[in-house]
Amino acid sequence: MAQEVSLREAYGKTLVELGRGNPDIVVLDADLSRSTMTRFFASEFPERFFDCGIAEQNMVGIAAGLAASGKIPFASTFAVFAPGRCFDQMRMSIAQPGLNVKLVATHGGISVGQDGTSHQSIEDLALACSLPGITVIVPADAVETAQVIRAVATSYGPFYIRLCRPKSPLVYNEGYRFNLGKAVTMRQGTSATIIAIGIMVAAALEAANNLKREGINCRVLNMPTLKPIDEAAIIKAANETGAIVTAEDHLEHGGLGSAVARVVARHKPIPMEFIAINDTYAKSGTPAELLKRHGLTAKDIEQAVRSVIKRK
Amino acid sequence: MPLPESINLPITSVDKLKAEVFSSLSVTEMKMIAKRLRRHIISTIGKAGSGHPGGSLSAVEIVTALYFRILRHKPQDPQWSDRDRFILSKGHAAPLLYATLAECGYFPVDELPTLRQLDSRLQGHTDRTVTPGVEMSAGALGQGLSFAIGIALAGRLNSQNYRVYVLLGDGECDEGQVWEGAMSAAHFKLDNLVAIVDNNRQQIDGWNRDVMNLDPFNKKWQAFGWHVTEVDGHDLTQLTQAFNRAKLIKKQPTVIIAHTIKGKGVSFMENNPDFHGKAPTATEVEIALKELK
Repeated sequence: MAQEVSLREAYGKTLVELGRGNPDIVVLDADLSRSTMTRFFASEFPERFFDCGIAEQNMVGIAAGLAASGKIPFASTFAVFAPGRCFDQMRMSIAQPGLNVKLVATHGGISVGQDGTSHQSIEDLALACSLPGITVIVPADAVETAQVIRAVATSYGPFYIRLCRPKSPLVYNEGYRFNLGKAVTMRQGTSATIIAIGIMVAAALEAANNLKREGINCRVLNMPTLKPIDEAAIIKAANETGAIVTAEDHLEHGGLGSAVARVVARHKPIPMEFIAINDTYAKSGTPAELLKRHGLTAKDIEQAVRSVIKRK
Repeated sequence: MPLPESINLPITSVDKLKAEVFSSLSVTEMKMIAKRLRRHIISTIGKAGSGHPGGSLSAVEIVTALYFRILRHKPQDPQWSDRDRFILSKGHAAPLLYATLAECGYFPVDELPTLRQLDSRLQGHTDRTVTPGVEMSAGALGQGLSFAIGIALAGRLNSQNYRVYVLLGDGECDEGQVWEGAMSAAHFKLDNLVAIVDNNRQQIDGWNRDVMNLDPFNKKWQAFGWHVTEVDGHDLTQLTQAFNRAKLIKKQPTVIIAHTIKGKGVSFMENNPDFHGKAPTATEVEIALKELK
């Protein structure tokens, strides 16, 4: 098992690095800086850190005003609160004017665990992807998180970046370089393609390893930029492998599966299966228990691959 | 005094306005401009066939005092980084802001009749991506104060001495985000921020006190840590004095509660909630323009 590292910590530490190099970087939080890890930035640059208290809508608006004045704001809270609680603010204060705000939400998905339904964001990618003009990114591990945060700091425009709560297995080594808008081929294969995001990338790789023993050679794509999605990589996978399974810690509606299916339906209709949460809320439990309960494990991916191949 | 066809100002004043900073209009001159703005509001909404005359007319003097006396701005350089900012949070008063910006020279007055038309730069509610001089895309109420706070914080971080003015509707203050913003502006001690409430006491469904009571309004702002001033929102002298006095208040933001009349200046629109979001008919436009001669 690969080493497990916190994405949130990678985020917090990268912010400090960026802050040292660019005085225009400012950071906002809504009384969760100990959880989102923006506290590292807060202690080094107190004058550039704005704790907005438990008032996420105001935080998003302030971030927009800072961006309209030339600052590069990173605003953080839990994904259930932004976009969940701030959809209209994200829409009118950030997305419509295309302002340079980086909304980095942590605690995405049911892997949040014991805190239960209220804190498990399973709709945020659908909400964020629905907003014209916002780029949506879901890093797969701590290495990619650091890369993504550096990349968006120098890429003008509104971003929504979703991080998970638990420490996650590293799927990249330090040499990895994130490429905005591009899928990453994690493993070559021709039997079928597994396209995954976030914590499901590690599960996809595990599934592909296990399936190889059965003679099934899966391609695995990590799709860190969910919107705009890398259509070329999807079309290529559809053409070359003839079947696709998507995997995400999010509702089936409006997330990765929907986005991939749109491309497949338009360009190369092939069988697909979807590993995602099926139109329900999860309860309290350990992350592992919940992922198992809702069908988001490597074993579930393996089963989906076997089924999708039969439909080729 | 006859209403001029174009702004009847000495050439030097107009040049100064277009070149840089405008701060020297007399109250009499501003009254003439206010009347012109009201005529624009009526004509453009009448031509568009939809829009919000009531809350545009009530804020005419507030916006006139700001743009023709208080704000440091360069109509020829809308992105001048040291400009004072005016944020129209009550975005439905867009026709008033457009008329003002056009009269200042941000874009031609001839463009005003395109209000709300397809491909016009003058959208139904303000849109910062298309209209020169518009700072914020507004219309979804409650968001302007937070936006203004961000701009004020940036000014402080950059040691720029611009000031930020944000115009809220009183009905808009039903929105929780306004009070999140109010709390934080005081917490951040933003003395470069002034909120003005166009307190016309009406909202779409009727009088505020019947729809959602805001009283004690003054005390609410005080309790949130603001310096509070109340003025007659149609008195240009009181308004300019209040704006100037606010510059002397340190370590806290100022709110100017401007008591106004919805539909001010047009007899059949005054205090008439029907004209919150309804355009006047052609006949009504004619009557209104006669009253505004």
